[in-house]
Amino acid sequence: MVAYRAGQPVRARQFLADIEQVAAALGSSQHVLNACSDRYHFAVGFAAALRSNKLSLLPSTHTPEMMRQLAAFAPDVVCLTDEAGPELDMPCIAYPRTPAAPAAPAPVPRIDAAQEAACVFTSGSTGTPLPYRKSFGRLIECVREEARRLGIAESAPWAIVATVPPQHMYGFESSVLLALGAGHALCAERPFYPADIAAALASVPRPRLLVTTPVHLRALISAAVGLPPIDLMLCSTAPLAQQLALESEQRFGARLLEIYGSTETGQIALRRPTQGPEWQLWPGVTLTCAGEVTWAHGGHIEQRTRMYDVLELTAPDRFLLHGRVTDLVNIAGKRSSLAYLNHQLNSIPGVEDGAFFHLEESRASHTGVTRVAACVVAPQLDAARLLAALRERIDAAFLPRPLLFVERLPRNATGKLPQEALRSLAANER
Amino acid sequence: MSDKLAPLRQPECPAATTLTNEVADLIVEALNLDVAPAQIAPDQPLYGEGLGLDSIDILEIALVVSKRYGVQLRADSEDNARIFGSLRQLVDYIAAHRTK
Repeated sequence: MVAYRAGQPVRARQFLADIEQVAAALGSSQHVLNACSDRYHFAVGFAAALRSNKLSLLPSTHTPEMMRQLAAFAPDVVCLTDEAGPELDMPCIAYPRTPAAPAAPAPVPRIDAAQEAACVFTSGSTGTPLPYRKSFGRLIECVREEARRLGIAESAPWAIVATVPPQHMYGFESSVLLALGAGHALCAERPFYPADIAAALASVPRPRLLVTTPVHLRALISAAVGLPPIDLMLCSTAPLAQQLALESEQRFGARLLEIYGSTETGQIALRRPTQGPEWQLWPGVTLTCAGEVTWAHGGHIEQRTRMYDVLELTAPDRFLLHGRVTDLVNIAGKRSSLAYLNHQLNSIPGVEDGAFFHLEESRASHTGVTRVAACVVAPQLDAARLLAALRERIDAAFLPRPLLFVERLPRNATGKLPQEALRSLAANER
Repeated sequence: MSDKLAPLRQPECPAATTLTNEVADLIVEALNLDVAPAQIAPDQPLYGEGLGLDSIDILEIALVVSKRYGVQLRADSEDNARIFGSLRQLVDYIAAHRTK
């Protein structure tokens, strides 16, 4: 069993036939931007690219600017898509409308461990996305360990229902690779509203794994929608408050495990928040802490990577998470940095000076998401035009709220812009 | 915001107008928007370019709407853009499905 779509099982034979069909459609390009929103289509597209030795590109966002940068990175890139979307400046290949007819048993493609399977991108502070290539062997090794830690390695297939997109590193690992690499079945749907999550869970047999985020956990609890029995929950993208973890376990009657990782490194640690705050690192993964800067390397990590959270080692393989490095912005699990956002803002014609910052206040909201604010000096622009220009460059999650037009930013004598000064300015302007 | 026309309110029965005002209030309050509820034109797109909401906002609204009016939103085969196409469409949906 590979997947469930609308409650119907999709077996290996169908999967293999679909892979061949899509592989033929992909043509000769070496790079594929897999923009399929259906998780099964994404999995087929990924496998088809693998089997044809093509690299799947997984950017963190699909803004027009990012699309331009991907085309510069890989001029032959084609986009595999399964729904009508905005016009892209690259050749688009539509996912086949009808499933392939399963032929006689097709051979399972053998993929070399060293083959580059995917390339993810993060936003560097210069505004150019940085590529991180991932080898097939390391990706699979990582999710097989995940299966062991989740306690689902030596078992009958689990059904995985996820609220996260398959393109995001967390969704890629825990809802696609975990299925393909550890013998479980992925649910094709990506449910959004609490009632949809309940329906998706009900459409698959037990045992059920729910792969989700703090935003959706809060939404599920807040909506008071009855969920069918879940057997295990996985959460990631932002630290989960212990209170929310406890409430989730009580309400849904399943263990809640939490993943820590990054786009660059993939998942590197796990904990069960109801049992304590300590995280346990993946085998071979090592953290080197120097003050506020932590580097991760070893194990399945491809290259030494800087982590943007403050981590404190409590043992060679355990650590505590103390919060983000101040430049980091995490909104509903999407990560960026103030430096990157500022670079984008200041590159807009008409913006003389601009800065993003964090507001002090945290309001009670059902989703628990707070936005990032911005002050800007742009006498010729209005909010609508500025936001439209930003929309071209940054993910919608980071659009500033509030957006304040000011005469001058409160830079100090050395030209620096303390967050505190920005917050005071904002408080006075509102 | 300065170059938008004042929102035209079509003649509606008082109940619908009240609900429209209520829902506009709810949206502004829940999302801490920098716009007055009365400035949300009934047919202005909520999602994306119009009011500038994204999927996180949509989820937040769905939750407050469900608490207040007892409406459980479902995506079904439609995406957010339909029910949240505009304030009017959202209000119509709530009016048709509310249980509180």
